[in-house]
Amino acid sequence: MLPTLFGRIQTRVFVLAVVGGLVTLLITPVLPEGPPYRVTFLILVAVIVVGVAWELVYHGLQQFRWEKDWPTLFGLVTIVNEAALIWLFLQLGWVPGIGHPPGLTPYLLLFVAVWLVTWLWVNGPMRVPLIRWRFRGGRVF
Amino acid sequence: MGSVSEETVPVPGRAYLLGQPGEGDVTPELLSTDIWTDAMVQQAGIPIVDVPLVTIGGGIGSFVLCDYLRIAGVPTHAVRVLSALDNPWQTYEYLTRVSQIPRRERLRSDSASRPDNIWGFPSYAFSEAIATRSFAPLWHVLVEPIFADYWTPRAGQVFAAMEREARRIRYHDMLAKGLVRVVRRRHDGGYFSLLTPPEGATSTKRIAFRSLYVHVAVGYPGLKFLPDLQRYRTQYNDYHRVVNAYEPHEHVYDQLLSRPGVVVVRGGGIVASRVLQRLMDDRQHKGAQTSILHVFRTFITGPNDGTGSQQPHVFMRRKGGDGWAYQGFNYPKSVWGGQLKERMRKLEGTDRADLYKRIGGTNTPYRRLWQAQMTQGRREGWYQTITGKVLELVPGDGGVVTKISTSRGTLERPADFVIDCTGLEADIAEHRLLADLLEHGGAGRNPVGRLDVERSFELRGARSGYGAVYASGAATLGGYFPGVDTFLGLQIAAQEIVDDLARRRFCSHIGPWRSTLQWLKWLRGTAI
Repeated sequence: MLPTLFGRIQTRVFVLAVVGGLVTLLITPVLPEGPPYRVTFLILVAVIVVGVAWELVYHGLQQFRWEKDWPTLFGLVTIVNEAALIWLFLQLGWVPGIGHPPGLTPYLLLFVAVWLVTWLWVNGPMRVPLIRWRFRGGRVF
Repeated sequence: MGSVSEETVPVPGRAYLLGQPGEGDVTPELLSTDIWTDAMVQQAGIPIVDVPLVTIGGGIGSFVLCDYLRIAGVPTHAVRVLSALDNPWQTYEYLTRVSQIPRRERLRSDSASRPDNIWGFPSYAFSEAIATRSFAPLWHVLVEPIFADYWTPRAGQVFAAMEREARRIRYHDMLAKGLVRVVRRRHDGGYFSLLTPPEGATSTKRIAFRSLYVHVAVGYPGLKFLPDLQRYRTQYNDYHRVVNAYEPHEHVYDQLLSRPGVVVVRGGGIVASRVLQRLMDDRQHKGAQTSILHVFRTFITGPNDGTGSQQPHVFMRRKGGDGWAYQGFNYPKSVWGGQLKERMRKLEGTDRADLYKRIGGTNTPYRRLWQAQMTQGRREGWYQTITGKVLELVPGDGGVVTKISTSRGTLERPADFVIDCTGLEADIAEHRLLADLLEHGGAGRNPVGRLDVERSFELRGARSGYGAVYASGAATLGGYFPGVDTFLGLQIAAQEIVDDLARRRFCSHIGPWRSTLQWLKWLRGTAI
C-alpha cells in the first residue's frame, strides 16, 4: 500500500467498520464460549479506535522508508502488536462496556478472522468498486 | 460552443475517404496560422472527419485512455486513435527487446500496474499464480520487498494481456493509421489534427480530424547520444563498435560469443543493469570470455538522494552501493498514490523542480541475481568499475579507446565495444508535433522543461472554446504527478483525464457500481 496519514485512517475506519463488521456479524454465533454480539462488536470498535493511534505510529515508521510505502507484509504482521494490545486492554478492563472479556480462543479466532479478511480485501478487491482509492493514498472519501 | 459534431463520419478500415477536390495537402497559409477556420481547411482540399475525441500516439498511453473511455461507456465511433503503430505495445516491445528484455524476461514494473486492467486486480502475480498453478508468485508479493526482490511481470504476460484487452474494447475499430505532426486550434472551438495516412491509403495527402478533445501521448521525443559518443560515430563513421543500448546491437553479443573481448558499459541505470546481465549470462551459460569495464560518472557508495548528497536527511535516504543507487522502480513507490504523490501535487515552480531532483537521479533495482553476478565478476577480475568523466573516444588497438578523466589522472582504456546505457532523453521540441504545439498551439513548458499540464493533464494554454487538449506520458514529466512515463502513471493520467471529461459531460463518471459491473465484464472477457 501507498498510504498517506489521512488515507490510512480513512481506510482503517471504513474497512474495519464495513468488512470487519460483516465478518464479526457472521463469525460471532460460531465462536466457542458464545460471546454476545455486544462484546464482539465492542472489541471491533476498540480495534478501530486504538487503531487510529497505531496508524500514527505506522505513519511515523513509514517516514524512514525511502519509498514511503507500507509493504503488504507489514499490513499482515501488525496483527501481532495490535491483537496483544487489545487483549491487554481487555484484561485491564479498559475497554468500556466489557465487564467479562472473552477467553483467549474466541478472542483470537475473532481477531484473526477479521484481520485476515480485511487485509485480503484491501490488497485486492477494494480496488474494484473504488478505482481512485489506491491513487489517493487510501482516502475513501 | 462551436459546431463540432458529437457524431462521427464512419471510418471503415484504412481506405476511409472518398476523393475531394484539390490537392488535399497542407498549405503555407495553414502552417503559419495558429487558429484555423473550417473554410481554410476546405480550401486546401483537405477532407474533414468529425469525431469527438482523438488520441494521438497509439502507444500504451493512448491504449489505457481508450480502455478507460470504453469502460466509462464511450462508444468506439466517438474515439479515433491516430497512430502509425499497428498495436499499442509495439514501440514498447521494440525498446524492451533491444535493451535486453525479450518476452520471457521480467520488466521493472509493479504487479498491480496493469495497462490491460484499470483496477489492478487481479494483479499480474495473481494471474501468473493461477496460470501456472503455483503459489510462488503470491508468496513473492507477500514478502516483497523485505525478504525478496520486487516481483515483476514477464514482458510477454503484459503484451498478451494487452492484446486480450484490445480485442475486448475493440481498440482496432478506433485506429486510424498515419502520422500527426500538426494539431491546431479551430476558430469555432475544438481542434484540427492533421493526419498523414500511409501512402496510397487515401486519395488526399492529409485528412483533418475535427474534434472537441485531443489527447497527445506520443512517448519519448527521442533518445540522445552522449556528445562524445556521437562525435566518435560521425567522425570515424563507426556505428559498429559504439552503440546505444536502445538500438539493435546483437552483433556485439554475437562477436563476444565467438571470441574474447572487452566491453565498456556506460551508465548506472536499469538499462546498464540489463546489459550487464546479458553480458554476464553469456559468460556463465554460453562460455563467452568477455571482460567488462563499467564507467560510472558518479560512483555511489552508500545512502544517497537525487541531489547527489552523501548525507541525505534520515527521511529521504535511498540505498546505494558499489556505484549504484538502488530503487525498486523509477521513482519512490509513493509517487504513484501515496505521500510523494500528494506532496508533489501541491508544489509549484522551483519547489517542484527541487523535489523532482531529490527523488530522481539515475537508479536501478537491487536484484539478488545481479548482485551475485557482479560479486563473482569482481572476484574473478572480469568486471571492473571506473569513475570519471569520459573526455573522448578514439580508434586504436584494433578497437575503440576511451579516454577518461579520473581522480588518478587521465586514463586510456581500449575495448572492442562501447555500449551507451545512459538513456539521455531529447528535448520535447525534437518531436514535430510537440514542437508545433509549443509554437502554434499555446502550450508551454513546466519547471523541468517538458509540456506544462494541469492536475487533470489538460495542456495549459491550449484550450479552444469548449475543447481541451490533454497530454500524458514522458512528454509531461515535471508536472504535478511525477511517475508519468510508466504503466501506472499512464493509468493515473487516464483516470484524471476521464474524470475531467466526465465533468465536461463527455462520458459517464465511473462510480462504484459501474466500476464493479465493468470489472465483472473484464473478468469474464466480455467484449464491450
